[in-house]
Amino acid sequence: MWDYTDKVKEHFMSPRNVGEISDADAVGEAGSLACGDQMKLMLKVDEHEMIIDAKFQTFGCGSAVASASALTEMIMGKTLDEVAKITNRDIADFLGGLPDEKMHCSVMGQEALEAAIQNYRGVPGEETANRKKVVCECFGVTSDEIERVVRENDLKRIEDVTNYTKAGGGCRQCHGRIQEILDQFAPTEELAVPKPAAGKLTNIQKIKLIEETFEKEIRPMLKADGGDIELIDVEGDRVVVSLRGMCSSCSSSSFTLQKYIEPKLREFVSPDLYIEEVKP
Amino acid sequence: MSIRDVYADNNATTMTAPEVLESMQPFFSSLYGNPSSMHQFGGQVKKHIDRAREQVASLISAQPSEIIFTSCGTESDNAAIRGVLEAAPEKKHIITSRVEHPAVKNVFQYLAESGYRVSELSVDCKGRLDLDELREVLDDDTALVSLMWANNETGVVFPIEQAAEMTRAAGALFHCDAVQAAGKIPIDLNRVPIDLLSISGHKLHAPKGIGVLYVRKGTHFSPYLLGGHQEVGRRAGTENVPGIVALGRACELAADSIEAENTTVKAVRDQLESALLERSIDASVNGDTVNRLPNTTNISFKFIEGESILILLSEVGIAASSGSACTSGSLEPSHVLRAMGVPFTRVHGSVRFSLSRYTTAEDVDYIVTNMIRIERRLREISPFGRDELPKQIR
Repeated sequence: MWDYTDKVKEHFMSPRNVGEISDADAVGEAGSLACGDQMKLMLKVDEHEMIIDAKFQTFGCGSAVASASALTEMIMGKTLDEVAKITNRDIADFLGGLPDEKMHCSVMGQEALEAAIQNYRGVPGEETANRKKVVCECFGVTSDEIERVVRENDLKRIEDVTNYTKAGGGCRQCHGRIQEILDQFAPTEELAVPKPAAGKLTNIQKIKLIEETFEKEIRPMLKADGGDIELIDVEGDRVVVSLRGMCSSCSSSSFTLQKYIEPKLREFVSPDLYIEEVKP
Repeated sequence: MSIRDVYADNNATTMTAPEVLESMQPFFSSLYGNPSSMHQFGGQVKKHIDRAREQVASLISAQPSEIIFTSCGTESDNAAIRGVLEAAPEKKHIITSRVEHPAVKNVFQYLAESGYRVSELSVDCKGRLDLDELREVLDDDTALVSLMWANNETGVVFPIEQAAEMTRAAGALFHCDAVQAAGKIPIDLNRVPIDLLSISGHKLHAPKGIGVLYVRKGTHFSPYLLGGHQEVGRRAGTENVPGIVALGRACELAADSIEAENTTVKAVRDQLESALLERSIDASVNGDTVNRLPNTTNISFKFIEGESILILLSEVGIAASSGSACTSGSLEPSHVLRAMGVPFTRVHGSVRFSLSRYTTAEDVDYIVTNMIRIERRLREISPFGRDELPKQIR
């Protein structure tokens, strides 16, 4: 069971402002059925841009319903300019906190609110190429959404991004791209360190370090047995290599990769790396 | 309505049967000796282990010498798969299905990363295996086929007898994760050519912390745990004597109640399933309803979400489980339901009710009444499927 605060439980058991506003002035949606949660926010707004009524419908888990309920309480009686400043963290704080894995529920609330404001003001959704660029195909998360949670919540690790947006929680193929976004927000001096902490490497730095590790730690051992190794590709934490010479036909080569080469790369480059072999 | 406790999550774990609890008590107090000791104080304990070994063997028509006690189903699966592959390192192809328990699935993933060629058999929309696909992928390089007897999420029963025969004909070994099947449906290892089989105690009314690995006589097998000579050197470590005795007793009880499982428990399950399907707004059963465990039903409620359902069920004392993303610990919905191609509109709202011989008709009525109420409540707040709602709650 998730460790929900009493306030989350209370908002889930007795959600405020559930329902529809048939003549809503603004409607915003976020999430999707595929992800397992979706929220629809409907607002009545007066001539001073004050929210005089808010209703929601949510398909989702306990914390998704609670986040939506909390949001409607937070925005009632406030102007659109005031509520535009609400972040996902504000929603989570209002509920006394959410489990890390459930922070994406507060993000969904914030996104539905943002969409409703845009809908009211007639802003055409900023459908620029960058905004709509999907990073995580599994859950349909865009670079814009990831950048926002990284900025507003000071996220440092891919795992955090997954907890806040679900991005990267599926096939993991987008981990490299998420890392690049994290790198944009990482302090630059850390990037300059020759052997930086895990997860702070750009792909180019990673490749350079891998080649160095091959040269110093791995090739001498392989060459003693008449073999060699070649780096084929690096994609996120996936390191694709090909074994050459005697190694390519050696029956224990997969053992060598798993038990010797991968640990060396993890020790000297990044602890999350994993190795895959392609036959030459 | 008064609140009552209804436990309908028996595929997750079961209540330790009172008779089983009683059987293990002496081994916490007076009979605490080490069965490996030379003195009578320890030696007298050994005969209770021997007796338990016979009770377990009897449930699955095996020889007592083919039974190895382990700590859990996961250990049995790991020891079986890795033990036979290590004993036959020349073959590099292994076969499993897409709907296995993580205790098999993740071992295969690890082996794939260590250089094994892995074939994953697909299932159809009802979770059924295609034996032709197995026949096609079996080859001279195949070392092992590992398939579950019955699926933990849907209860779907695989055609294990044919799969095992096909595997043996191809010269490969067959491992079966029978954790969900044991005690619920008959298992006859005299008839079915299975080489290795896993059982978990706490799924059949024994306590947690005890499992069984069956290894057919003559199967080359390298032990997973090295150490003392316990279990004839096939699984080192001082025996969990209370657990072993308990499992023996539980297997004896299971043998006695297996007919009731397939008549009484099945009837109660069918009553639950048909009432839910009839009274719900939109629900459907996941999995093959013909070849299925008698105690399990997996039902998807459209347009509502599993975790919300479970919280509300729990509020009224009902324990069940769900394949929704939010209940999985990861962010992805059930790999079993996705392998079956169950649409997203239904995956997230899937609920598994798994009953036992302790479930009553009153329990079922209580589940139905509450589940129907919860479905309506959650549909009222869901943005999806508004047009399909009955007028009074739209």
